[in-house]
Amino acid sequence: MALTIGFWILAVVAVIGALLVVVLKDVFRAALSLVLALVAVAGIYVTLSADFLAGVQILVYVGAISILLIIGIMLTREVQQGNTTNKFRIPAFLTALVFFGVLCFVFLSTPWQVSGVDPLVPTAGPLAVKLFGEDGYILTVEIAGVLLLAAIIGAIAMAREK
Amino acid sequence: MNPWLNWVIFTIVILVFFLGSVIMFIYMERRVLGKMQARIGPNRVGPFGLLQAIADAVKVLMKEMVTPANADKVVYWLAPIVVFAPVLMVFAVVPFANGALLADLNIGILYVVAVGSISSIGVFMAGWSSSNKYATISAMRMVAAVVSYEIPLVLVIASVVVVSGSMSLNDIVLAQQNYPMLLLQPLAFLLMFIAGCAEINRSPFDLMEADSEIIAGFHTEYTGMKFAMFYLAEYGEAVAMSTIIATLFLGGWQGPFLPPWLWLVLKVFFVFFLMVWTRTTLPRVRIDQLMSLAWKFLFPLALINLVITGAEVLAYPLGIPWYFIFVNIAIGAVLVLLFSRLYKVGGGRVAVG
Repeated sequence: MALTIGFWILAVVAVIGALLVVVLKDVFRAALSLVLALVAVAGIYVTLSADFLAGVQILVYVGAISILLIIGIMLTREVQQGNTTNKFRIPAFLTALVFFGVLCFVFLSTPWQVSGVDPLVPTAGPLAVKLFGEDGYILTVEIAGVLLLAAIIGAIAMAREK
Repeated sequence: MNPWLNWVIFTIVILVFFLGSVIMFIYMERRVLGKMQARIGPNRVGPFGLLQAIADAVKVLMKEMVTPANADKVVYWLAPIVVFAPVLMVFAVVPFANGALLADLNIGILYVVAVGSISSIGVFMAGWSSSNKYATISAMRMVAAVVSYEIPLVLVIASVVVVSGSMSLNDIVLAQQNYPMLLLQPLAFLLMFIAGCAEINRSPFDLMEADSEIIAGFHTEYTGMKFAMFYLAEYGEAVAMSTIIATLFLGGWQGPFLPPWLWLVLKVFFVFFLMVWTRTTLPRVRIDQLMSLAWKFLFPLALINLVITGAEVLAYPLGIPWYFIFVNIAIGAVLVLLFSRLYKVGGGRVAVG
């Protein structure tokens, strides 16, 4: 019961935050609403007993990515102009609407399987075994790491003064 | 125990611990600073000047609140709360005795790092919404520092987690039954202390509050109670960082004779004493020195430390033998010497980028 109430509060906050990102004129405030939405999503992870995921969500998205976003805004010229729109306004809205409809359709028509087993209590250990243990995803994790490294080196190479 | 009762008790315990420590930290900082600079420090209000911080708080409460005309009002009002709330939230996972904590999260230390990273958004909000160039510069510096120093901090914490085999702070303290983590991870302690001081913007890394360059930095435009919130959050972060270091490296509440909570408090104050000591001893760093210290010194050392720790744990999965204390101290000393030879800051020039 408490979990359901918590979920609904978080869900409403997340949706409002996401809407504000689009609606607000002030880009800085829009970025802050994005942070709000991300925090609410982390809260939803907590209600799903995915505490490790929630921690990482806060650490990565709220602590790092949104900060980089805000730095990007501060380095932008003409911030005062706000959230500008261009001639793709209507097509973009239609595309988003269609995408939203497809998502709703998929979510509602999929027969979701609900596990009757209680969630594992220390989640971090089993998660590590799943990722790095036998038959795990060690190769995928390593490839992702190498990809990120390549991206960082590429960014440095591009940003470097000749 | 009833969860609600537990919640009420530990909320009160945390508030008392937090406010008491902040008041004592302010007092200790000013007195120790005074002694080290061969002067007396505050000594008039109450016995030994103990009530000076309370007198200052009352004074600040009675000040007029001024909001800049060009400020982004909503963000300006929210900023002190966003800075302050996460600082208090950190204490939810700190054990005051065996199992005596608000919430024994199994992701304990990850929670601390994650919640601690929210404060920087608050600082950014303050700096930006004041529409003051010094505040904005300060916010930019703060973010550059925090983003850089968070990486070695997390890597060092990861090596502690690898040794103790758990992220729960209570389990980390229990893992230090025989000897504190400080002996097994001397290099990690050093790195954590440096990165921690930078993370909470303490001198010598207090570029964002460098009075001689940018006035008071991000809280230049704040007055009255809102300024007091920033002040409280600043010392609260110092309390939080000292508590985390004491818990991770000095064995938290463990110790003979005295009650556990007293041991924790003593260790917290010891760590803060080290912070005050470095503050009086070292001059403020330049921004390029700040960056290169994080990326060329702390980051590689933290990475090497993590790899060495991982290898040791793999070799001795049942617990690292005690003689590795000496091995690790030797490795740490060699690495620090080696990297301080390699570490140069643009030949004294201001090298940006």
